[in-house]
Amino acid sequence: MNWESWSAFWDMGGNAFYVWGSYGVTALLVIVELVQLRARRLSSTRKLFRLQRAAAGRKLSEVQP
Amino acid sequence: MNSTESRFNLFHYAAPQAFYPIAGKLAPLFAAIALLLTLAGLWIGFFQAPTDAVQGEVYRVIFIHVPAAWMSMFVFLVMAFWSAVGLTLNTRLSALMAQALAPTGAMFCFVALWTGALWGRPTWGAYWVWDARLTSQLLLLFLYLGYMALVAAIDDPRRRDKAGAILCLVGAVNVPIIYFSVKWWNTLHQGASVSLTKAPSMASIMLSGMLVMALAAWAYTIAVALYRVRVLILERERHTDWVRGELANIGEVH
Amino acid sequence: MNAFSAILRRDLLLAWRSRADLLISLAFFVIVGCLFPFGVGAEPNQLRAIGPGVLWVAALLSCLLSLHRLFAQDYQDGTLEQMLLSPDPTVLWILAKVIAHWLTTAVPLLLITPLMALMFDLEGGAIQVLTASLAIGTPTLSLIGAVGAALTLGLRGGGALLALLVLPLFVPILIFGAGSVDAFLSGTGASAHMLLLGGGALGALALSPIACAAALRISTE
Repeated sequence: MNWESWSAFWDMGGNAFYVWGSYGVTALLVIVELVQLRARRLSSTRKLFRLQRAAAGRKLSEVQP
Repeated sequence: MNSTESRFNLFHYAAPQAFYPIAGKLAPLFAAIALLLTLAGLWIGFFQAPTDAVQGEVYRVIFIHVPAAWMSMFVFLVMAFWSAVGLTLNTRLSALMAQALAPTGAMFCFVALWTGALWGRPTWGAYWVWDARLTSQLLLLFLYLGYMALVAAIDDPRRRDKAGAILCLVGAVNVPIIYFSVKWWNTLHQGASVSLTKAPSMASIMLSGMLVMALAAWAYTIAVALYRVRVLILERERHTDWVRGELANIGEVH
Repeated sequence: MNAFSAILRRDLLLAWRSRADLLISLAFFVIVGCLFPFGVGAEPNQLRAIGPGVLWVAALLSCLLSLHRLFAQDYQDGTLEQMLLSPDPTVLWILAKVIAHWLTTAVPLLLITPLMALMFDLEGGAIQVLTASLAIGTPTLSLIGAVGAALTLGLRGGGALLALLVLPLFVPILIFGAGSVDAFLSGTGASAHMLLLGGGALGALALSPIACAAALRISTE
């Protein structure tokens, strides 16, 4: 094991800003990408549902004017 | 006989309708692999790999910097491959694959630049140096952004696919030219004052940590691209019967 | 070959009729060049050091400014579709249009470059090298830019998008173009730069009309 204590681990030999800045921003970007992807899937399926319902409504009104 | 059969199979899976459920099955698998490999890579990187004799602890940025830089270049090559396939064989799925990969490639490109800057400050005393590798990485980011902007600006799906593919191929032809010209420019202007080519005898444990993280980046990219291509397929094929059936399935789950 | 000269003559005539547009991109080149001394200071040594790079960047931007006109008018009035349907080889008349673009935008710029170079305190030999590098390098800009112009034809935000697409691809030309003067001034000679610029121009000449033709077909479908 490299680290004598957790505080030594977080300190990264005095380079905490550079190391954790790198890992933190990377983790943040990955999370942003995943959240955005999920939001896009939800919004696009919702839109497709709406379109489908609208199309179904149109067909119904064509049958019974 | 055999060859025609395999050809047939390949084209069968190239149909968005056939690929959609496969992508749905593979994506969680790759996501799980990515998660496990990331955890293993971080474990090796932070708890197994020793402190570097020259750079101290700050070198640990390498475990994301190098995989991200590799990934950003690979992804562009893969996009160029799909673009070429899409233009020559006229398969609908290829262009969607390229479009699904682009944001992740751009993300890795930015990560490589960001971590490079943060690593550069303590090691060479500056966040940014106009080094050949950093500069061509920056230009690669511009190529990604240009591709994404062009694809986003075109409403007609057919034109979007083909125009994106042409731009991607033009970019891929230019990537090596850009790299070598920047390298030439860099050696002329800065001489040997800033040389990032340090070849420390990297401990094998460090190397294996880097490789595990690179594999994790691969698995992550594949998983995210598969998830994204599923959304793109649904949007593109929304007028077809199978998407209507698929929506009914999704509706039941919700 | 008939189609080639016909299109070339037609485009030159059209450019002559709207010569105010050409003057605007020339004036743009001059003004951008003149802004830099205000920004970085008028110290002669510094001006001499940045001069070639500044003039190259200004030439690049001025080329970009006129690129969107390359196909836009023909696209709007339907001529472009007619030309794509015509039996003449597409690559040939695209080349004619690109040459017309180069003759009308880059050549005036080449003529005024020596004057601009004097304002940056460059000497005779350096001026010659700078002008020669622009003469060899600007055709590549027109050729690569034509692909971008064809891809962004008729899109919203076309101008800014075009800049985003082609400027990264212009970087190698900028490097060798501006570098040629530095190489001349440092005594190593500019011939390597000139050869690379020429090689780039030939490569672009071979590849970009094909990509441009494909892009135009897609954009007008």
